[in-house]
Amino acid sequence: MERQAAYLRNALFDQGYLDEQFLQLEDLQDQANPHFVEEVVKLFYTDSVRLIQSIELTLKNTPRDFEKLDKIMHQFKGSTTSIGAKKVKKECTQFQEYCNVGNVEGCIREFQEVKQEHAALKRKLENYFQVFHVVHLAREAR
Amino acid sequence: MNLGVNSMSVTTSSASWKSDAVSDQFPAGLRVLVVDDDPTCLRILEKMLRNCRYEVTTCGRAEVALKLLRDNKDGFDVVISDVHMPDMDGFKLLERVGLEMDLPVIMMSADDSKSVVMKGVTHGACDYLIKPVRMEALKNIWQHVVRKKKNEWKEKDAEQSGSVEEGDRQQKPTDDADYSSSANEGNWRNSRKRKEEEDDGDDKDDSSTLKKPRVVWSVELHQQFVTAVNQLGIDKAVPKKILELMNVPGLTRENVASHLQKYRLYLRRLSGQPQNGLGNSFLGPQDSGFGSISSLNGLDLQAYASSGQIPAQSLASIQAAALGRVTNKSGIVDQRNIFSFDNPNMRFLDGQQHHSNGKQVNLLHGIPTNMDSKQLAALHQSGQPFGNTLMNVHSQSGQSNSLLTQMVQPQSRTQMLNEVGGNPVLNFPSSVGQPGLSQAIPGSVFSRYGMDNNNVRPLTYTSLSQPTSVVEFSRSQGMELSGNSIPLTSNSGIPSYTSKGTTLQEEVNSEIKGSRGFLPNFDAFNELSQNRTDTWDLQNVGSTFETPQHSNIQSRLDVAPSVLVQPAFTSDHRNGHIRTTSVNKAAFSAATSLGNGTNFGQQLTPSHADSALRIKTERLPDMGFQNSLFPDQLGQDDLMSTLLKQQQDGLAPVENEFGFDEYQLDNLPV
Repeated sequence: MERQAAYLRNALFDQGYLDEQFLQLEDLQDQANPHFVEEVVKLFYTDSVRLIQSIELTLKNTPRDFEKLDKIMHQFKGSTTSIGAKKVKKECTQFQEYCNVGNVEGCIREFQEVKQEHAALKRKLENYFQVFHVVHLAREAR
Repeated sequence: MNLGVNSMSVTTSSASWKSDAVSDQFPAGLRVLVVDDDPTCLRILEKMLRNCRYEVTTCGRAEVALKLLRDNKDGFDVVISDVHMPDMDGFKLLERVGLEMDLPVIMMSADDSKSVVMKGVTHGACDYLIKPVRMEALKNIWQHVVRKKKNEWKEKDAEQSGSVEEGDRQQKPTDDADYSSSANEGNWRNSRKRKEEEDDGDDKDDSSTLKKPRVVWSVELHQQFVTAVNQLGIDKAVPKKILELMNVPGLTRENVASHLQKYRLYLRRLSGQPQNGLGNSFLGPQDSGFGSISSLNGLDLQAYASSGQIPAQSLASIQAAALGRVTNKSGIVDQRNIFSFDNPNMRFLDGQQHHSNGKQVNLLHGIPTNMDSKQLAALHQSGQPFGNTLMNVHSQSGQSNSLLTQMVQPQSRTQMLNEVGGNPVLNFPSSVGQPGLSQAIPGSVFSRYGMDNNNVRPLTYTSLSQPTSVVEFSRSQGMELSGNSIPLTSNSGIPSYTSKGTTLQEEVNSEIKGSRGFLPNFDAFNELSQNRTDTWDLQNVGSTFETPQHSNIQSRLDVAPSVLVQPAFTSDHRNGHIRTTSVNKAAFSAATSLGNGTNFGQQLTPSHADSALRIKTERLPDMGFQNSLFPDQLGQDDLMSTLLKQQQDGLAPVENEFGFDEYQLDNLPV
C-alpha cells in the first residue's frame, strides 16, 4: 500500500500534474498536521468552484469583458499555483493569453481545457489521498 | 547629538539585555498579519509562517485587516498582503498601514510584472514576494521589522534632539540601545529596553524610557505646527516652510515632514469618515490623526492620572495610542511632560474645542479631586483636555509611564471611579477616536505599561496592550454614555456598556482583583519573555487600565485586559512565543465565547467569522488558561450583546476604533 501511495505520488510529478510547489506543501506537513496537503487541496477545490462558475457566467453573459475574465482567472491561477497544479496552471496562462488578444473563441475553448485539467487533477489527487490515508492509518497503528 | 554618553551606557545595558531570552528567540514570535483573499494561499502562508515560529494572524479581507491593525495598535510587527484583492487594492492597504500604523508591509502576488513590483516600491512596500511564496522567502521577513525599527529610532533620535520635551534625554538612550541591538531589540520595543535604560540611570523618570525616541510633539509644539500649516494653507504647507514658521530650535525638517504626513492622513481620515460621535469635530483639523488623538487621549489620561487612578494608565495608553506606534512600549513617555503641559495643553485644547461634547468638559470637571489641582485645572481649562493630552502623549510617549505611575500611585483609585460620569477620558475617546486615537492609544498605552513593570504594576493588570487602549475608549465612551451617551454612539459597543456600567463595575472590581493576581506574573513575564514584549506590554497596559478605571470602564476594561493578560501569560509560560496570538485569540475567543459581546466579536464573527473563528479555534488549545478565564466574563454577555448590537448599527469608523476595544475588554476574563 505504501508503495502504491508512493507510486501514485511520483506519477503525478512525472506526468506533469504537480510541480515543486506541491513539495513545499508536503514539507509543511508534519506530525501535528499530518493531512495538511490534503487539507489545502480540499480548500483549493472548494474555493475554485466559485471562481470557475464566475468565469463561466462571464463567458456566457459578457464574453468580451476580457479585463474581468483576466482578473478572475488571475485569482484562479494564483490558487492553482500555490498548490502546484502544474497542468492546470498552464491552461490558465493560455486562457489569459487569449484574453490579452481578445480572442473570445479561444477563451471559451481554453476554458474547457482548464476545467478538464482541473477535474482530472482532482480525481488523481483524491485517489492518491485515499491511499495515503490508508498508509497513514497503518503507520499510526504500528 | 548628545547621545554619545547616553548611548554608551544604554548600549551596555542593551547588550546585557540582549542576552536575555528574547534575543535568543528572535525572530521567533514575530507577529505577522497575513491578508489574502485566496483561502488556499492564506492557509499555506499561515502554515509556513507558523513553521518559522512566527505568530500568525490571517485575514481574508483588507478591511478586516485594517480593523485588526487599528484595534491592536501594537499587536503586529509586520503585515503581508496580497496585491489583488476584491474589497480593497493591496496597495491601498499598504498605504494605510504605512501611514496609520507605520508597520513594515510586504506585498505579494502571482503577478511579477515590473510595473506591479514598481508600484509596490513606490507605495512603500518593504518587500515584494512572487507567488507561489516559498518558505525561504518568509523566513527572512523579520529583517524588515528590524530595519524599520532601526530607522525609526534613528528618526526619533533626530526628532528628539529637536524636541522640547524632557523626554529627549530618555529617548536618546533608547535610540542608542536600539542601534546597538537592532536585531534583538528591534522587535521588542518594550520594557526590556526601557528597563535597561532605567538601570543605567538614563531615564529621568521612574518609568522606563521610550523604546524609540520619537519627536515629542507636545501640545504646544503641535499647536505651533498646526498654526504654521494653517497659515501656509494645508495644500501649500511644506515641511521646510512649516519649520521656518514654527521656529523651534532643534526641530528638524524630517521631524516636521513625518508629522505633516501623519497630520495629513489624519485630516484625510477625518474628512472621509462619518462623524463618530465626538471624534471629528473634536480634533478639528489640527491634529493629524495621531497627534490630536494622542493629545486627547493624553489629556484624558492625564485627568485620570491625576485623579490618581487609571489616568496614569490611560494617559499612557492614550499617549501610546496617540503615538500610534506600538513601538513605544516604553509606555507613557513623558507623563511628566504631559502634566507639565497641562496648562499649555489646556490652551491647546481650547483652540481645539472642536469636539462636540461639552461632555468632555464635564468630564474634566468631574474628575475627582484627587487629580492634581494643577492638572485638574488644566483639564478644566480647556474643554478639550484631551487634545492637550494627546499632544503630550504624543510627544511623551516614552515618559508617560513614569508619569502615570507617579500619578497613579499617589491617587486613590476610587476617586477616579467616582468620576465615572465625568470621564473626560470617555469623551475623549469618542472625539479622539475618530482621528484614530483609538488606534493610537491602544498601542501606546500598552507599550507603556509593558515596559514599566515596576511602575505600572498596579496598572498592569488592567492594561492590556490592545484591550487597554480599547478599554480606554470604551470606557470613556461608556462613561459618556452613562453621562451623556453621546460619544459612545460611535463606539456603539460602549453605550451599552455604560448602562451596565454599574454592574460591570462590580464585575470589574472583582476582575480587577483577579488581574492583580496577574501582576506578579507580569513581572515574571517581563523578565522571562522577551518574545512579545509588545504584546505583553499591551496586556499589562490593558489590565492597568481596567482596574483603575471607573466602573464602567473598568468593567469593560477588566474584562478585556484580563483576557488579554491571561492569555498572554499563559502563552508566555507555555510557549513564550504565542503571545500576541494568544492575545488576539483570547480576544477572539473571549469575544466569541462571550457571544461576541464586543465589537470585535461582532466584527469578527459576522464578517470575518472565518478568520476570527479560525483564529479562535486554532488558538484555543493554546489558551487553556484563557479558557478558564472566560467564565468570569460570562456576566458580561449581555453587555456584549448590547454592544454588539450597537455596533452593528454601523458606527463604522468609530466602531473600528472603539468597538474593538470593547470587544477586547470583554474578552478579558480578568
